[in-house]
Amino acid sequence: MGPLLQVEDLSVAYGNVEAVRDVSLTAARGRIVTVIGPNGAGKTTLLAALMGVLPSRGGIRHDGVDVARLAIEERVARGIVLVPEKRELFATMSVDDHLALGAFARRRERGIDALRAEVYRRFPRLLERRRQLAGTLSGGERQMLALGRGLMARPALLMLDEPSLGLAPRVVRDIFTIIAALRDTGVTILLVEQNARAALAIADYGYVLETGRVVLEGDSATLAADARVAATYLGRGHGAMTAG
Amino acid sequence: MDLSIAALLAQDGITNGAIYALLALALVMVFAVTRVILVPSGELLTIGALTLAAFDQGHVPGTVRLVAGAAVLAGVIEAVRRARRGEGRRALAGAALWAGIPLALAALAAWMGPRKLPLAAEVAMALALTGALGPLTWKIVFEPIADASVLVLLIVAVAVHFVLTGLALYFFGAEGSRTPPFSSASFDIGALRVSVQSLLVLATSALAIAALALFFGRTLYGKALHATSVNRLGARLCGISPDFAGALSFALAAVLCAFCGVLIGPITTLYYDSGFIISLKGFVGAIIGGLASYPLAAAGSLFVGLIEAFSSFWASAYKEVIVFTLIIPVLLWRSLVTHHHEEDE
Amino acid sequence: MRSGAGLGRLCSTPAIIAFIAIAMALLPLIAPPFWVTLANYIGLYTIVALGLVLLTGVAGQTSFGQAAFVGLGAYTSAWLSTAHGVSPWIALAAGLALTFVVALALGFITLRMRGHFLPLATIAWGLSIFFLFGNLEFLGGHTGMAGIPALSIGTIELKDERRMCWLIWLVVVAALWTMHNVLDSRQGRAIRALKGRLEMAEAFGVDGARLKIVVFVYAALLACISGWLYAHLQRFVNPTPFGINQGIEYLFMAVVGGAGSVLGALVGATIITLLKQYLQDALPALLGTSGNFEIVVFGLIVIVLLQRTRDGLWPWIDRLLPHAKPPPVPDAAPLAARVQPAAASTLLEVRAARKAFGGLVAVNDLTFALACGEIVGLIGPNGAGKTTTFALLSGALAPTSGDVRFRGHSIAGAAPYRIAARGIGRTFQHVKLVPRMSVLDNVALGAHLRGRAGFLRAALRLDRREEARVRAEAARALARCGLAEFVHAEAQNLALGQQRIVEIARALAADPVLLLLDEPAAGLRFHEKEALAALLRSLRAGGMTVLLVEHDMAFVMGLADRLIVMDFGEKLAEGVPAAIQSDPAVLEAYLGGAPT
Repeated sequence: MGPLLQVEDLSVAYGNVEAVRDVSLTAARGRIVTVIGPNGAGKTTLLAALMGVLPSRGGIRHDGVDVARLAIEERVARGIVLVPEKRELFATMSVDDHLALGAFARRRERGIDALRAEVYRRFPRLLERRRQLAGTLSGGERQMLALGRGLMARPALLMLDEPSLGLAPRVVRDIFTIIAALRDTGVTILLVEQNARAALAIADYGYVLETGRVVLEGDSATLAADARVAATYLGRGHGAMTAG
Repeated sequence: MDLSIAALLAQDGITNGAIYALLALALVMVFAVTRVILVPSGELLTIGALTLAAFDQGHVPGTVRLVAGAAVLAGVIEAVRRARRGEGRRALAGAALWAGIPLALAALAAWMGPRKLPLAAEVAMALALTGALGPLTWKIVFEPIADASVLVLLIVAVAVHFVLTGLALYFFGAEGSRTPPFSSASFDIGALRVSVQSLLVLATSALAIAALALFFGRTLYGKALHATSVNRLGARLCGISPDFAGALSFALAAVLCAFCGVLIGPITTLYYDSGFIISLKGFVGAIIGGLASYPLAAAGSLFVGLIEAFSSFWASAYKEVIVFTLIIPVLLWRSLVTHHHEEDE
Repeated sequence: MRSGAGLGRLCSTPAIIAFIAIAMALLPLIAPPFWVTLANYIGLYTIVALGLVLLTGVAGQTSFGQAAFVGLGAYTSAWLSTAHGVSPWIALAAGLALTFVVALALGFITLRMRGHFLPLATIAWGLSIFFLFGNLEFLGGHTGMAGIPALSIGTIELKDERRMCWLIWLVVVAALWTMHNVLDSRQGRAIRALKGRLEMAEAFGVDGARLKIVVFVYAALLACISGWLYAHLQRFVNPTPFGINQGIEYLFMAVVGGAGSVLGALVGATIITLLKQYLQDALPALLGTSGNFEIVVFGLIVIVLLQRTRDGLWPWIDRLLPHAKPPPVPDAAPLAARVQPAAASTLLEVRAARKAFGGLVAVNDLTFALACGEIVGLIGPNGAGKTTTFALLSGALAPTSGDVRFRGHSIAGAAPYRIAARGIGRTFQHVKLVPRMSVLDNVALGAHLRGRAGFLRAALRLDRREEARVRAEAARALARCGLAEFVHAEAQNLALGQQRIVEIARALAADPVLLLLDEPAAGLRFHEKEALAALLRSLRAGGMTVLLVEHDMAFVMGLADRLIVMDFGEKLAEGVPAAIQSDPAVLEAYLGGAPT
């Protein structure tokens, strides 16, 4: 069996500008792969293209099948699930309803109730608030709900866009512990993060994205020790980065 | 005006208002899910009523041919669309689905036409047949331009209103129809005479609203529609296709409009073109609810019904002037208290 | 390519209008009466649809009620000239005055409505006015009024349809020409920004609420003139042509023809009129008379048409026509410029500014100051409150508490167009250009407050001296930003990075003292960033003060004199770039704490 996700020379253009240029990456089954990089590097754009939210050029193979031209819903049906940066929750609907809708693509399958029970076991906070409307949840709870809703779709590939965004450090730790635990269920995770240290700490492999291109890749331990990663964030040694 | 006249007018107003409320709910739902302002809701209402009238007289309603024609067209469109995307086998399946179900309905209705089945069966068939026009309209007209601006969608909706008005004239003729009342009984409470028919209208409207609430609150498909109207992208990420949501909302709305027609049929003589002004009043109710809030839309519609009833008593020639002028301050108030985001187109 | 350029000039909007003028002057001499009648109606409809192009297509305010204003024009003249023997020309003035008052009142109430309230309100008052016509005894009720006198100019009576054709098309051509002029002027740029770009327009000094009413009244007056012509062409009026159906049809004409362009009104009115005429003649012969088939086919054609070309027909025709390359912008005397304040004096003071959205505090008692002539970077991780801070400075948001003082005056909570007038120019994080307007016009919009020309001067082209200076100023701003070659391009055709630079040029055209830049380097290539940095340095040398929010650290570190770092709505650090780069708290905020 090859890798679960194989991306070849993917480019995404907004108008005339290419926000993502010729990005190639792979995600092996059951691993956490992270894409880190400063703001505006094209990380969110990359995930949006993989999900089909934005049109793109290049190859996207999921489980050996070309999915590059499928609609969002068809990708969801194949187990590609995105937990977006803006969470995209339904403000006027309850936590319970979100989980029910998360399984919409699996509505004809069995075992949805068991799956919901498992999500609630993973996120006890959501169980406490199961009747509450999403619009009234705190930032951390919203992130948990977005994650929980994504898990209800039985993802093979779970793509997480900035799960730490706007959360207090303690909540960030909780979320990352949960993400690390998800790997043990066999799901493959593509994690996009600005918080490089936290992401590299739980990932198996990482890519560094800068101005739409992959400028560095490697085992997460190697990347965590690489001084050039910090440099991309604070803009030191810009010349060295583009040369390397 | 004495109290008994006031009470009579209120009864009229509330009865009509309840029907406007149902229309308003349909409009709110369709707009929230698809951004289409369902201008042809009035024609769907008339077609629903005239279909029942045809059954009642033992005819095969013209709706049968209308639905059959639209079904064939939708089947062809779906087949071509899927074939272009390179989905050979699924193209045929899609076409069979889109053409087959409405055609089967039409065939059943044609069989039923001369047989004079019980009223309940006739009502059910009138609703189903008219309801089929909803998703067919979505598929043929709106799905290809689902992402166009609200203005373009509105103009196209008006064009659909023209088309359906013209077709209604062809299929039902220029004479008006009135369906027999479900009940002609009435009773007195003090000085007030209450007709059972208007109580029935009120009760069934309330029932329909409760059923809708159940549908949106309890069923997966209802929640999927609600989710699409709250956050389109979020719904797509759950695997809910906007095309599916659009077709479903149009189906529901068409059934609701036809139901309004069935309710209003015994109260007013309906002609092929009577629907527009009725739907405008439902539309006013919907807009009072900001095209977003169901309870406010229902309240707004009751308000419209009451204004209409009382102004027809005081100055019947100016009834419409009063109704539509009094709406303006309400609209102004609503627009000032509603928060809007600037739209890009 | 000389002949191509000549042909291109022949296909410009003014040339086409001139061609129409000549054609319609000849038409009544050669065409059979039936065609003259059709031409008269097309002309009357074009005048109304033209108002909708301005109101709906350009300014984005949908109206179903124009037919009611046509009715006001028609009925005023009908009543005055039959019941009171008033000259139709005086009746025209009266009709215009009445329409002006009614439109002003309706506009004042209904244009405050946003979203979908407005179209419904126009249906509401459109219906109300229509039912009034049918119910007022002195206007003849539903039967209407007959015996309306023909118009006469001097001793020439316009009894004959041919003569009316000349008058109607004289009005059409004048309306097309003046509308074209207005859209190509200072006010026109502002109107084009009303649709979806109101926030931007107000940041450059446009009073959006007032402008919407002006546009509304203008469209109503055009409708009124059409109604006056109609009454004296038909010599009879009844309520039917002023109902909501006709109101809808006017909107059809504008949208089908192409609501974004002046000639779209003419194309739409022509197509719809001819189509209906043809269908009424042809279909009964083809399909029998048992149904109202023309309305069915008409509706179907409109549906298919809009499914094929959503912007309407004119843009589609326009693409097929050759276009001359516009000439370079001629140089002209500069506009009066502000005197920059003395260097190093305090320009802007933010004192304990706080912005809370419900329970969420986006900006938490932020305090900082800017001195004249410095470049300061505002940085911080996503969600730190930088954009909210910007909104507090530009007036897009009012602070919950605290104060913002600019050159000694408090600007906290002031309207954006007043803050703009004080000398603050800005760019937007999400580019807010008018997508279909030229780059030059987009930049010239920045100089809105430096011009004076109003509608009348623009319509009659008396604004050309000032306009030349504004355009030259905009061209200079673009040249300074390195975009001289793109002046005539449509803004939407530029790369996103270039669009950001256009935003800077637009802010410069406003001649600001303080420039607020929201992520100017996003999407720029390396050399473009270098050019941008050089530009900002030269502005600083000229005495301008710059505050920029930026994520590109290499860019901001090399450029800014000072940095202010925000995190969780608060000021985390402040200092020169080198100190910020080695600040452990800043590093922690950006890279995140290592999980334990």
